[in-house]
Amino acid sequence: MQYLSKLLILIFLNIAFFQISVQAAEMKEPLHPEWSFEGPLGKFERASLQRGYQVYTEVCSGCHSMELLSYRNLMEEGGPEFSEAQVKAMAAAFEVKGAPDEYGDVVMRPAILSDKFASPYENEQQGRAANGGAYPPDLSVMVKARHGGADYVYSLLLGYEDAPEGMILDDGVYYNIYAKGQKIAMPQLLSAGAVEYSDGTEATSEQMARDVTMFLTWTAEPKLEARKRIGFKVITYLLILSFLLYFTNKQIWKESH
Amino acid sequence: MSENYVPKSAVGKWFNERLPLLDLIYGHLMPYPTPKNLNYFWTFGGILTFCLVTQIVTGLVLAMHYVADADLAFASVEHIMRDVNYGWLLRYIHANGASLFFMAVYIHMARSMFYGSYKEPRELIWIIGVFIFLLMIATAFMGYVLPWGQMSFWGATVITNLFSAIPIVGESVTNWLWGGYAVGSPLLTRFFTLHYLMPFLIFALVILHVWALHVPGNNNPEGIDVVKGSQDTVPFHPHYVVKDLFALVVFLIIFAGFVFFVPNLLGHTDNYIQANPLQTPEHIVPEWYFLPFYAILRAVPDKLGGVILMVSAIAILAFLPWLDTSKVRSAKYRPLYKQFVWLFFANTIFLGYLGAQVADGMYLIMGRIATVYYFAHFIVILPLLGYIEKTKPLPKSLSEPVLSKEEKEIIASGATT
Amino acid sequence: MSDKPVTRRNFLYITTGTFTAAGAASLVWPFVDQMNPDASVKALASTEVDLRPIAPGQSITVLWRGKPVFIRRRTPEEISEAKAVSLDELPDPQDDAARAKNPEWLVMVGICTHLGCIPLGQKGEYNGWFCPCHGSHYDTSGRIRKGPAPSNLEIPDYVFLNDNTIKIG
Repeated sequence: MQYLSKLLILIFLNIAFFQISVQAAEMKEPLHPEWSFEGPLGKFERASLQRGYQVYTEVCSGCHSMELLSYRNLMEEGGPEFSEAQVKAMAAAFEVKGAPDEYGDVVMRPAILSDKFASPYENEQQGRAANGGAYPPDLSVMVKARHGGADYVYSLLLGYEDAPEGMILDDGVYYNIYAKGQKIAMPQLLSAGAVEYSDGTEATSEQMARDVTMFLTWTAEPKLEARKRIGFKVITYLLILSFLLYFTNKQIWKESH
Repeated sequence: MSENYVPKSAVGKWFNERLPLLDLIYGHLMPYPTPKNLNYFWTFGGILTFCLVTQIVTGLVLAMHYVADADLAFASVEHIMRDVNYGWLLRYIHANGASLFFMAVYIHMARSMFYGSYKEPRELIWIIGVFIFLLMIATAFMGYVLPWGQMSFWGATVITNLFSAIPIVGESVTNWLWGGYAVGSPLLTRFFTLHYLMPFLIFALVILHVWALHVPGNNNPEGIDVVKGSQDTVPFHPHYVVKDLFALVVFLIIFAGFVFFVPNLLGHTDNYIQANPLQTPEHIVPEWYFLPFYAILRAVPDKLGGVILMVSAIAILAFLPWLDTSKVRSAKYRPLYKQFVWLFFANTIFLGYLGAQVADGMYLIMGRIATVYYFAHFIVILPLLGYIEKTKPLPKSLSEPVLSKEEKEIIASGATT
Repeated sequence: MSDKPVTRRNFLYITTGTFTAAGAASLVWPFVDQMNPDASVKALASTEVDLRPIAPGQSITVLWRGKPVFIRRRTPEEISEAKAVSLDELPDPQDDAARAKNPEWLVMVGICTHLGCIPLGQKGEYNGWFCPCHGSHYDTSGRIRKGPAPSNLEIPDYVFLNDNTIKIG
């Protein structure tokens, strides 16, 4: 048992080292606000997710697609949980490609629940052309695709500052203290009042960054709440079972002597 | 297996008379005489069987939803995560299961090394085990390619390019592997097919592994031969069935901790970015369980040499039963080997750490030293130790452990007074 | 011989066994449920159809949950023909009014109730539908009249959202 623990500890340390060392590449440690979805029983804040969706549609979706999401997801359990009527109305505000008409031309139609989120661009080339060569990445799993996850995304949205003197930035490149090399092709968009929240919350840049990051965490991991809920039950079950088996095992070995 | 098993039910009897399958299973699971002193390191065989079955079963159901096509693979995995009922659970079990599988297999191998379980008459068990390990590596590597993220794609590119190191035919071989001139859909589809096939080969080898084990019976922490059916052994059921089950549940608690609370900790964030043949991630690292071998690959400045050394690092394991010249099995009775085997474990873990670093400067030098030590352990230290080491006296049986000097004196003095 | 420790021991064994079995049993469910229709399939469970392009005497076939649905705008003759049939003559007696919410529109799952083929429209002895696989004849209300099919063509759940649109499912 003693060796076992030694070995396990070594292996875990090894993994931990690996995780840290890989990402050490001269980046500033991101901010760490308190997230409601952290911890073993964490959950999303519904209202924040709903506001986050508003920030995404009004600010981000002009450049960033979210191809893995469907409008129906917005009403699913564990997400923003808008009502069906609300989501139908939200979807109908977007145009998507419909079936070809009798002449074979593709007709645009209002989106319905089962449609994927409408993309800002036809294809990657169009996206590049519209953004000076830098393609704004799809945001569906962005939070899981960046080291630091939600903290990193949140920090990046708030990390814009004036470039230090002597630093020359190319056209279409901005100074952001949390970006790699402090340079990023995305301009600052979340200045105070960039959206007008329908629930009356004051739209400070911190508030908007928080809400949209919460929203993006959900889009990246839509089953997070179910996962933690089931996980808690599973671990409880396994703990009880391990106790039972421990005593059963002891009893069996006692009897054989 | 000495007494024949007679099924209780009439159907069982009818079946068993025609095909003694129940007899066979019963013999290997129930009365099988097992040394009574096995510690918890011996539970990893059962844990590994569980891991294999879990990977096969979850893999089977994931394959019902996965699409092996370069354009669709990434989205199909996300479809599993989002839409398929419990798809997220099945995928996280499968992905983390691979890591836990390797964690368990490394402990299992380390146990074998520590207690000399690979020695006569168990050489073949060990060699079959090495082949299982090889197949596991291939299976895990191919499985990691399937989600078609950036790490999948570039991992596949780097590893398949290793074959281009083969003189003369290298390029033809890689093109043959790829089914094209670069990594793409044809490779993904064939990797999926092979990833599906290999676990069944592993399963077959596991049957041979257990079969070969049950001929001489288990080694034990003392490393001495036990007489089957003597008071040194106990029947496998219920003693080790329940003990293995308890260890398995403890293992499952760790497993569930990963799956439900940090499911992406062992993965790499870049693999949530869809494969892009035009852009390489800044820092390519394999999954943690390949890191020691990756470090060995990079320690050599020559392309072909690196590949040869990395393959040798695994192949040399198969020769371990003959490289270790000592007749004494357990490190408990080998004071020098005990130090060296720990040093070997530490060195391997250190290689794993180096595998995750950028290979230049100090890291490269340390990587070379650690690589040399890795091989030195097998081809210098182990053969020599058998001749120079003074081993401790072995007990005659498990029930009569060797008494220490003090204990002997106490007994002796007690007897005289 | 004392009974007590034995009982306590058995209790421990039985509890452990039951607990293990219960856990193993609940583990099976995700593996079964993953084969059920997933969320993206369920989202397609309802289809809305614009009825305006369909002239009297015409029909269209739309896909609903992967199945063909016939939407037929019946002519007055077809309606009266369907209403005139005495229920005694029918193998699966059902009033036409029970099959068409609005007599002008007949909405049916276009799958023969015999073995799942798609019947051909405006064919057969009753001027309704005829299944080419095993020769089942349906009338202008989609009711089985002759042949091996056991029951009438199925009517899916549908509602008129307005005069020109129906929602199936």
